[in-house]
Amino acid sequence: MQRWTTILFLTGLSIVLFAIITPLVLGQSPMLVGKLINASAVNDTGAANLVTAVVLAYRGLDTLGELAILFTAATAIGIILGTTDKTQTTSSPTAGFIVATAAKVLFPLLLVFALYIILHGHLTPGGGFQGGAVLAAAFFLLTLADSGNNIKHKVTQVIEALAGTAFIVLGLVSFALQGVFLQPWLDKGELGSLFSAGSLPLLYLALGLKVGAELANLLSSLANVEK
Amino acid sequence: MMIWDDIFLEVDFWINIVSIALIVIGIYGIVFSQHLLRMVFGLGLLEAGVNILLVKAGYQKEAIAPIVTQASDTMMSNILAATAQMVDPVPQAMVLTAIVIAAGVQALALSLVIRIYKKYGTLDSHVLFLAMERDRHLSLNQKD
Repeated sequence: MQRWTTILFLTGLSIVLFAIITPLVLGQSPMLVGKLINASAVNDTGAANLVTAVVLAYRGLDTLGELAILFTAATAIGIILGTTDKTQTTSSPTAGFIVATAAKVLFPLLLVFALYIILHGHLTPGGGFQGGAVLAAAFFLLTLADSGNNIKHKVTQVIEALAGTAFIVLGLVSFALQGVFLQPWLDKGELGSLFSAGSLPLLYLALGLKVGAELANLLSSLANVEK
Repeated sequence: MMIWDDIFLEVDFWINIVSIALIVIGIYGIVFSQHLLRMVFGLGLLEAGVNILLVKAGYQKEAIAPIVTQASDTMMSNILAATAQMVDPVPQAMVLTAIVIAAGVQALALSLVIRIYKKYGTLDSHVLFLAMERDRHLSLNQKD
Protein backbone atom coordinates (compact mmCIF):
# COMPACT_ATOMS: atom_id res chain seq x y z
CA MET A 1 0.00 0.00 0.00
CA GLN A 2 2.71 2.41 1.00
CA ARG A 3 4.65 1.60 -2.16
CA TRP A 4 1.70 2.64 -4.34
CA THR A 5 1.19 5.92 -2.50
CA THR A 6 4.91 6.59 -2.86
CA ILE A 7 4.81 6.04 -6.62
CA LEU A 8 1.66 8.16 -6.91
CA PHE A 9 3.27 10.99 -4.93
CA LEU A 10 6.45 10.95 -6.98
CA THR A 11 4.59 10.86 -10.30
CA GLY A 12 2.43 13.79 -9.25
CA LEU A 13 5.47 15.71 -8.09
CA SER A 14 7.27 15.15 -11.40
CA ILE A 15 4.22 16.27 -13.39
CA VAL A 16 3.88 19.44 -11.30
CA LEU A 17 7.59 20.21 -11.64
CA PHE A 18 7.49 19.52 -15.38
CA ALA A 19 4.54 21.87 -15.79
CA ILE A 20 6.41 24.58 -13.91
CA ILE A 21 9.68 24.13 -15.79
CA THR A 22 8.49 23.62 -19.39
CA PRO A 23 7.75 27.32 -20.10
CA LEU A 24 11.41 28.01 -19.34
CA VAL A 25 12.80 27.32 -22.82
CA LEU A 26 16.54 26.79 -23.17
CA GLY A 27 18.27 29.77 -24.75
CA GLN A 28 15.51 32.27 -24.07
CA SER A 29 16.38 33.73 -20.73
CA PRO A 30 13.25 35.19 -19.11
CA MET A 31 15.24 37.57 -16.94
CA LEU A 32 15.92 41.11 -18.08
CA VAL A 33 18.24 42.16 -15.28
CA GLY A 34 21.12 40.16 -16.76
CA LYS A 35 21.23 42.29 -19.91
CA LEU A 36 21.25 45.49 -17.88
CA ILE A 37 24.04 44.19 -15.67
CA ASN A 38 26.04 43.05 -18.72
CA ALA A 39 25.71 46.52 -20.21
CA SER A 40 26.70 48.49 -17.13
CA ALA A 41 28.89 46.21 -14.98
CA VAL A 42 32.22 47.17 -16.58
CA ASN A 43 31.44 50.84 -16.14
CA ASP A 44 30.15 50.43 -12.59
CA THR A 45 32.78 48.14 -11.08
CA GLY A 46 35.72 47.83 -13.46
CA ALA A 47 35.79 44.03 -13.06
CA ALA A 48 36.40 41.94 -16.18
CA ASN A 49 34.59 38.95 -14.65
CA LEU A 50 30.93 39.95 -14.57
CA VAL A 51 29.99 37.13 -12.18
CA THR A 52 32.36 38.69 -9.65
CA ALA A 53 30.70 42.04 -10.25
CA VAL A 54 27.33 40.46 -9.44
CA VAL A 55 28.57 38.53 -6.40
CA LEU A 56 30.51 41.35 -4.76
CA ALA A 57 29.07 44.59 -6.07
CA TYR A 58 25.42 44.14 -7.05
CA ARG A 59 24.72 41.43 -4.49
CA GLY A 60 27.40 42.19 -1.92
CA LEU A 61 24.95 42.22 0.94
CA ASP A 62 23.73 38.79 -0.14
CA THR A 63 27.29 37.49 -0.07
CA LEU A 64 27.67 38.84 3.46
CA GLY A 65 24.52 36.88 4.40
CA GLU A 66 26.01 33.81 2.77
CA LEU A 67 29.15 34.20 4.87
CA ALA A 68 26.91 34.45 7.92
CA ILE A 69 25.20 31.17 6.96
CA LEU A 70 28.54 29.43 6.48
CA PHE A 71 29.74 30.81 9.83
CA THR A 72 26.57 29.58 11.53
CA ALA A 73 27.02 26.11 10.04
CA ALA A 74 30.67 25.95 11.14
CA THR A 75 29.78 27.14 14.65
CA ALA A 76 26.94 24.63 14.91
CA ILE A 77 29.27 21.81 13.84
CA GLY A 78 31.74 22.94 16.49
CA ILE A 79 28.98 22.82 19.10
CA ILE A 80 27.60 19.46 17.95
CA LEU A 81 30.90 17.63 17.61
CA GLY A 82 32.89 19.50 20.23
CA THR A 83 36.30 20.86 19.25
CA THR A 84 38.89 18.33 20.31
CA ASP A 85 42.09 20.32 19.82
CA LYS A 86 44.37 17.39 20.49
CA THR A 87 47.69 17.36 18.68
CA GLN A 88 48.26 13.64 19.18
CA THR A 89 45.96 11.16 17.54
CA THR A 90 47.31 7.73 18.25
CA SER A 91 44.42 5.76 16.78
CA SER A 92 44.86 6.45 13.05
CA PRO A 93 48.26 5.74 11.50
CA THR A 94 49.91 7.69 8.70
CA ALA A 95 48.87 6.97 5.13
CA GLY A 96 52.33 5.75 4.18
CA PHE A 97 55.57 7.28 2.97
CA ILE A 98 54.57 7.85 -0.66
CA VAL A 99 51.26 9.55 0.10
CA ALA A 100 52.77 11.67 2.88
CA THR A 101 55.59 12.86 0.63
CA ALA A 102 53.23 13.54 -2.27
CA ALA A 103 51.05 15.61 0.04
CA LYS A 104 54.08 17.67 1.09
CA VAL A 105 55.01 18.22 -2.57
CA LEU A 106 51.48 19.18 -3.51
CA PHE A 107 50.95 21.52 -0.56
CA PRO A 108 52.89 24.58 -1.84
CA LEU A 109 51.49 24.12 -5.35
CA LEU A 110 47.95 24.03 -4.02
CA LEU A 111 48.64 27.09 -1.88
CA VAL A 112 49.92 29.07 -4.89
CA PHE A 113 47.01 27.90 -7.02
CA ALA A 114 44.50 28.88 -4.35
CA LEU A 115 45.99 32.35 -3.96
CA TYR A 116 46.07 32.74 -7.75
CA ILE A 117 42.37 31.87 -7.99
CA ILE A 118 41.48 34.24 -5.15
CA LEU A 119 43.55 37.20 -6.38
CA HIS A 120 42.41 36.87 -10.01
CA GLY A 121 38.76 36.49 -9.09
CA HIS A 122 37.87 39.76 -10.80
CA LEU A 123 39.64 38.81 -14.06
CA THR A 124 39.24 35.06 -14.65
CA PRO A 125 36.76 32.38 -13.58
CA GLY A 126 37.18 31.75 -9.90
CA GLY A 127 37.27 33.90 -6.82
CA GLY A 128 37.03 33.77 -3.07
CA PHE A 129 34.76 30.76 -2.69
CA GLN A 130 36.57 28.55 -5.18
CA GLY A 131 40.04 29.60 -4.01
CA GLY A 132 38.96 29.17 -0.40
CA ALA A 133 37.90 25.60 -1.12
CA VAL A 134 41.31 24.86 -2.70
CA LEU A 135 43.02 26.52 0.30
CA ALA A 136 41.09 24.31 2.72
CA ALA A 137 41.92 21.25 0.60
CA ALA A 138 45.63 22.13 0.73
CA PHE A 139 45.67 22.17 4.52
CA PHE A 140 43.36 19.19 4.86
CA LEU A 141 45.56 17.13 2.53
CA LEU A 142 48.38 17.29 5.08
CA THR A 143 46.03 16.09 7.81
CA LEU A 144 44.77 13.25 5.64
CA ALA A 145 48.26 12.09 4.71
CA ASP A 146 49.69 12.32 8.22
CA SER A 147 47.23 12.42 11.09
CA GLY A 148 49.87 14.00 13.36
CA ASN A 149 49.62 17.16 11.24
CA ASN A 150 46.44 18.55 12.73
CA ILE A 151 44.94 21.85 11.68
CA LYS A 152 45.15 24.20 14.63
CA HIS A 153 41.64 25.33 15.50
CA LYS A 154 42.85 28.44 17.29
CA VAL A 155 44.85 29.67 14.29
CA THR A 156 42.05 29.06 11.80
CA GLN A 157 39.56 30.74 14.10
CA VAL A 158 41.75 33.84 14.36
CA ILE A 159 42.19 33.98 10.56
CA GLU A 160 38.46 33.51 10.06
CA ALA A 161 37.58 36.23 12.54
CA LEU A 162 40.05 38.70 11.03
CA ALA A 163 38.89 37.99 7.46
CA GLY A 164 35.23 38.34 8.39
CA THR A 165 35.95 41.61 10.17
CA ALA A 166 37.92 42.86 7.16
CA PHE A 167 34.95 42.17 4.86
CA ILE A 168 32.61 44.20 7.07
CA VAL A 169 35.19 46.96 7.60
CA LEU A 170 35.59 47.32 3.83
CA GLY A 171 31.83 47.68 3.61
CA LEU A 172 31.77 50.23 6.44
CA VAL A 173 34.54 52.30 4.83
CA SER A 174 32.45 52.48 1.67
CA PHE A 175 29.53 53.54 3.88
CA ALA A 176 31.63 56.33 5.37
CA LEU A 177 32.92 57.49 1.98
CA GLN A 178 29.87 57.09 -0.23
CA GLY A 179 26.96 56.56 2.09
CA VAL A 180 26.17 53.07 0.77
CA PHE A 181 27.18 49.86 2.53
CA LEU A 182 29.43 47.50 0.49
CA GLN A 183 29.50 49.79 -2.55
CA PRO A 184 32.71 49.35 -4.58
CA TRP A 185 35.21 52.09 -3.80
CA LEU A 186 38.88 52.83 -4.61
CA ASP A 187 40.14 53.57 -8.11
CA LYS A 188 38.77 51.26 -10.81
CA GLY A 189 42.10 51.12 -12.62
CA GLU A 190 42.69 49.67 -16.06
CA LEU A 191 40.26 46.95 -17.12
CA GLY A 192 41.92 43.53 -17.04
CA SER A 193 44.99 44.37 -14.95
CA LEU A 194 45.61 42.75 -11.56
CA PHE A 195 45.21 45.98 -9.58
CA SER A 196 41.86 47.01 -10.92
CA ALA A 197 38.18 46.93 -10.00
CA GLY A 198 38.71 48.97 -6.83
CA SER A 199 37.85 47.21 -3.60
CA LEU A 200 36.55 44.00 -5.19
CA PRO A 201 39.88 42.07 -5.04
CA LEU A 202 40.27 43.07 -1.39
CA LEU A 203 36.76 41.84 -0.64
CA TYR A 204 37.49 38.58 -2.46
CA LEU A 205 40.77 38.14 -0.55
CA ALA A 206 38.96 38.51 2.78
CA LEU A 207 36.23 36.18 1.57
CA GLY A 208 38.71 33.57 0.32
CA LEU A 209 40.65 33.52 3.58
CA LYS A 210 37.44 33.28 5.57
CA VAL A 211 36.00 30.45 3.47
CA GLY A 212 39.35 28.62 3.48
CA ALA A 213 39.80 28.84 7.25
CA GLU A 214 36.16 27.91 7.84
CA LEU A 215 36.20 24.87 5.56
CA ALA A 216 39.53 23.68 6.96
CA ASN A 217 38.13 24.03 10.46
CA LEU A 218 34.99 22.19 9.47
CA LEU A 219 36.82 19.33 7.74
CA SER A 220 39.25 18.83 10.59
CA SER A 221 36.49 18.77 13.20
CA LEU A 222 34.61 16.22 11.07
CA ALA A 223 37.78 14.14 10.71
CA ASN A 224 38.86 14.34 14.35
CA VAL A 225 35.73 12.84 15.87
CA GLU A 226 36.63 10.32 18.52
CA LYS A 227 35.79 6.86 17.35
CA MET B 1 19.24 26.32 -38.90
CA MET B 2 16.19 24.07 -38.67
CA ILE B 3 18.28 21.08 -37.55
CA TRP B 4 20.04 23.21 -34.99
CA ASP B 5 16.71 24.31 -33.50
CA ASP B 6 15.56 20.68 -33.29
CA ILE B 7 18.72 19.74 -31.41
CA PHE B 8 18.11 22.65 -29.08
CA LEU B 9 14.61 21.44 -28.29
CA GLU B 10 15.96 17.95 -27.68
CA VAL B 11 18.68 19.20 -25.34
CA ASP B 12 16.14 21.40 -23.55
CA PHE B 13 13.88 18.37 -23.01
CA TRP B 14 16.66 16.20 -21.62
CA ILE B 15 17.95 18.90 -19.28
CA ASN B 16 14.41 19.18 -17.92
CA ILE B 17 14.17 15.40 -17.51
CA VAL B 18 17.55 15.09 -15.78
CA SER B 19 16.95 17.96 -13.38
CA ILE B 20 13.42 16.80 -12.49
CA ALA B 21 14.69 13.25 -12.03
CA LEU B 22 17.41 14.48 -9.68
CA ILE B 23 14.92 16.59 -7.70
CA VAL B 24 12.37 13.77 -7.43
CA ILE B 25 14.98 11.14 -6.51
CA GLY B 26 16.38 13.55 -3.92
CA ILE B 27 12.96 14.14 -2.34
CA TYR B 28 12.28 10.40 -2.42
CA GLY B 29 15.60 9.82 -0.65
CA ILE B 30 14.91 12.42 2.01
CA VAL B 31 11.35 11.31 2.73
CA PHE B 32 11.34 7.55 2.28
CA SER B 33 14.81 6.19 3.04
CA GLN B 34 15.47 4.41 6.31
CA HIS B 35 19.18 5.10 6.49
CA LEU B 36 20.11 8.56 7.74
CA LEU B 37 23.14 8.85 5.46
CA ARG B 38 20.89 8.28 2.44
CA MET B 39 18.78 11.24 3.52
CA VAL B 40 21.91 13.41 3.38
CA PHE B 41 22.72 12.05 -0.09
CA GLY B 42 19.14 12.79 -1.15
CA LEU B 43 19.63 16.38 -0.07
CA GLY B 44 22.75 16.54 -2.25
CA LEU B 45 20.87 15.19 -5.30
CA LEU B 46 18.05 17.68 -4.75
CA GLU B 47 20.52 20.56 -4.67
CA ALA B 48 22.22 19.31 -7.85
CA GLY B 49 18.89 19.22 -9.70
CA VAL B 50 17.95 22.72 -8.64
CA ASN B 51 21.39 24.04 -9.63
CA ILE B 52 21.06 22.55 -13.13
CA LEU B 53 17.74 24.36 -13.54
CA LEU B 54 19.24 27.65 -12.36
CA VAL B 55 22.17 27.44 -14.76
CA LYS B 56 19.78 26.55 -17.58
CA ALA B 57 17.73 29.68 -16.86
CA GLY B 58 20.72 31.88 -17.62
CA TYR B 59 21.70 30.22 -20.90
CA GLN B 60 21.39 32.11 -24.15
CA LYS B 61 21.89 30.93 -27.72
CA GLU B 62 25.34 31.54 -29.20
CA ALA B 63 26.46 33.45 -26.15
CA ILE B 64 29.84 33.46 -24.43
CA ALA B 65 30.96 33.33 -20.79
CA PRO B 66 30.43 36.62 -18.94
CA ILE B 67 34.09 37.65 -18.82
CA VAL B 68 35.58 40.56 -20.76
CA THR B 69 38.72 39.10 -22.35
CA GLN B 70 39.98 41.76 -24.73
CA ALA B 71 41.70 43.91 -22.15
CA SER B 72 43.31 46.08 -24.81
CA ASP B 73 39.90 47.16 -26.06
CA THR B 74 39.39 50.00 -23.68
CA MET B 75 36.96 51.56 -26.13
CA MET B 76 33.64 51.55 -24.34
CA SER B 77 31.67 50.73 -27.49
CA ASN B 78 33.79 47.59 -28.07
CA ILE B 79 33.22 46.41 -24.53
CA LEU B 80 29.50 47.03 -24.83
CA ALA B 81 29.37 45.03 -28.08
CA ALA B 82 31.19 42.16 -26.35
CA THR B 83 29.04 42.16 -23.21
CA ALA B 84 25.83 42.18 -25.24
CA GLN B 85 26.66 38.64 -26.41
CA MET B 86 27.32 37.24 -22.95
CA VAL B 87 25.08 34.95 -20.91
CA ASP B 88 23.21 36.22 -17.89
CA PRO B 89 25.68 36.36 -14.95
CA VAL B 90 23.01 36.48 -12.23
CA PRO B 91 22.06 32.76 -12.25
CA GLN B 92 25.75 31.83 -12.18
CA ALA B 93 26.30 34.00 -9.11
CA MET B 94 23.22 32.42 -7.52
CA VAL B 95 24.48 28.90 -8.21
CA LEU B 96 27.81 29.89 -6.67
CA THR B 97 25.92 30.98 -3.55
CA ALA B 98 23.80 27.82 -3.57
CA ILE B 99 26.79 25.50 -3.84
CA VAL B 100 28.58 27.11 -0.90
CA ILE B 101 25.46 27.02 1.26
CA ALA B 102 24.85 23.40 0.23
CA ALA B 103 28.36 22.49 1.41
CA GLY B 104 27.65 24.10 4.80
CA VAL B 105 24.26 22.41 5.14
CA GLN B 106 25.61 18.99 4.23
CA ALA B 107 28.51 19.30 6.65
CA LEU B 108 26.04 20.22 9.40
CA ALA B 109 23.80 17.26 8.51
CA LEU B 110 26.79 14.90 8.49
CA SER B 111 27.92 16.14 11.89
CA LEU B 112 24.44 15.42 13.26
CA VAL B 113 24.61 11.94 11.72
CA ILE B 114 28.01 11.34 13.36
CA ARG B 115 26.64 12.49 16.70
CA ILE B 116 23.60 10.17 16.42
CA TYR B 117 25.82 7.23 15.49
CA LYS B 118 28.06 7.86 18.50
CA LYS B 119 25.06 7.85 20.86
CA TYR B 120 22.96 5.00 19.45
CA GLY B 121 25.36 2.94 17.34
CA THR B 122 22.98 2.74 14.39
CA LEU B 123 21.70 4.92 11.55
CA ASP B 124 18.51 2.99 10.77
CA SER B 125 15.71 5.48 11.36
CA HIS B 126 13.19 2.81 12.54
CA VAL B 127 15.60 1.40 15.12
CA LEU B 128 16.53 4.95 16.12
CA PHE B 129 12.87 5.85 16.57
CA LEU B 130 12.36 2.94 18.97
CA ALA B 131 15.57 3.72 20.85
CA MET B 132 14.64 7.39 21.20
CA GLU B 133 11.13 6.49 22.41
CA ARG B 134 12.67 4.18 24.99
CA ASP B 135 15.03 6.95 26.14
CA ARG B 136 12.12 9.37 26.41
CA HIS B 137 10.11 6.94 28.56
CA LEU B 138 13.14 6.31 30.75
CA SER B 139 13.67 10.01 31.34
CA LEU B 140 9.94 10.49 32.05
CA ASN B 141 10.00 7.66 34.60
CA GLN B 142 13.03 9.15 36.29
CA LYS B 143 11.21 12.42 36.81
CA ASP B 144 8.33 10.74 38.68
